[in-house]
Amino acid sequence: MDQTGRSLISLEGLDREDILWLLGHAAQFEANPNRKILDGKIVATLFFEPSTRTRLSFETAVNRLGGRVIGFSDAATTSSSKGETLKDTIMMVSNYADLIIMRHYLEGAARYASEVSPVPIINAGDGANQHPSQTMLDLYSMLKTQGSLDDLNIYLVGDLKYGRTVHSMLTAMRFFNPKFHFISPDELKMPDEYKEYCRKHNISFEEHSRFDEETIADADILYMTRVQRERFTDLMEYERVKDMFILKNDMLRSAKPNLKILHPLPRVNEIAQDVDSNEHAYYFQQAKNGLYVREALICNALNLLK
Amino acid sequence: MEKTGKSELLVAALQNGTVIDHIPSDKVFDVVNLLGLTNIDTPITIGSNLSSRKMKSKGIIKIADRYFTEEECGKLSVIAPNIVLNIIRDYEVIEKKMIAMPDEVRGIVKCGNPKCITNHEPMQTIFDVVDKENGTLRCRYCNKDVHKDNIKLL
Repeated sequence: MDQTGRSLISLEGLDREDILWLLGHAAQFEANPNRKILDGKIVATLFFEPSTRTRLSFETAVNRLGGRVIGFSDAATTSSSKGETLKDTIMMVSNYADLIIMRHYLEGAARYASEVSPVPIINAGDGANQHPSQTMLDLYSMLKTQGSLDDLNIYLVGDLKYGRTVHSMLTAMRFFNPKFHFISPDELKMPDEYKEYCRKHNISFEEHSRFDEETIADADILYMTRVQRERFTDLMEYERVKDMFILKNDMLRSAKPNLKILHPLPRVNEIAQDVDSNEHAYYFQQAKNGLYVREALICNALNLLK
Repeated sequence: MEKTGKSELLVAALQNGTVIDHIPSDKVFDVVNLLGLTNIDTPITIGSNLSSRKMKSKGIIKIADRYFTEEECGKLSVIAPNIVLNIIRDYEVIEKKMIAMPDEVRGIVKCGNPKCITNHEPMQTIFDVVDKENGTLRCRYCNKDVHKDNIKLL
């Protein structure tokens, strides 16, 4: 694994076996989520940028495993607002904690922290760069609902230009022979560098401009993301397309029985409320899966997985 | 370096040292800075906007009694990959060094991403050279690519 010590900064260095091994441990935590294996350990959650659901998920994971949590949820209350460097904050906290889980608004912050820190770092998101625990929980959700990660038809919908989660999924899935379908407004299309990445790694993909019942009929996974107004340079274009990438219940009539709808959350209006009760909806369970995956990632960082 | 055509010999010949040739004219002072030539006390001749058969216009720097390591040469590849270093001993060119792109570039290039950690912390930048042929560097921290034509030096 390409990691500094046992830090988890990105999934780039993980191969097929590493990913399946970690997901296997996540399944064991799902079967038995409350264990006292972090007894006596202190985990710091440093959230230089607020992210309530990611922080709660990590902190719940530590608590369920019997560890203790210190940290902050907003950098405004810390010395970094007084001009303290990230290095100094990390050096100080590493005196107290066995593991640091951090979210930062600057890209590359977690990698830098892992280089200066004597204790392992888990990246809980660094700007628009990496968010490996999100990708792992996406993979876990796919594995759990489809029985295997191999040969899946994965439809990525919405903001494919800036969406960090969809980019990470492309790279993490390269070992599993997926067929990707990209559905997005023109302004938010999958960037060329990622399409080039797919070609280089023999990942097949198809681009669609229409989002309707027919287009998604063959999907195993429908991965929805938010189309955000602030991403558009042309607001006329936003007004034109904003309702074209909303998943409605009647679009699922021809769906395959095994189709599951995923979403990294928070959702705004891109999935209509009546989809929630559809058997294909899976986004809330997906978020729950994050707990088990994070239990596995925390224990791996502390070298507690056998 | 004997040349008979006097019109071509714009600067004095060198007994021992290094002649850095084929520098794009607009990069001459970047080379001076990268090699720290302002801190050298042996004679240095700097020529710029000279005519060249290979390039439209080129720069030359002659440094007496000074030779450069592979690492120092590697730095130059970031700004001008076609530079040639002529190693001179006793007025003879004993070696022509073509510079090669190194695998990584440390502490020279500024990351163009304003949200990259390297632009906010007192730390060294590190770029991996991901495409030597086209000269593409990738910031090891934020993963953003920069092409050699758009590189800004620190």
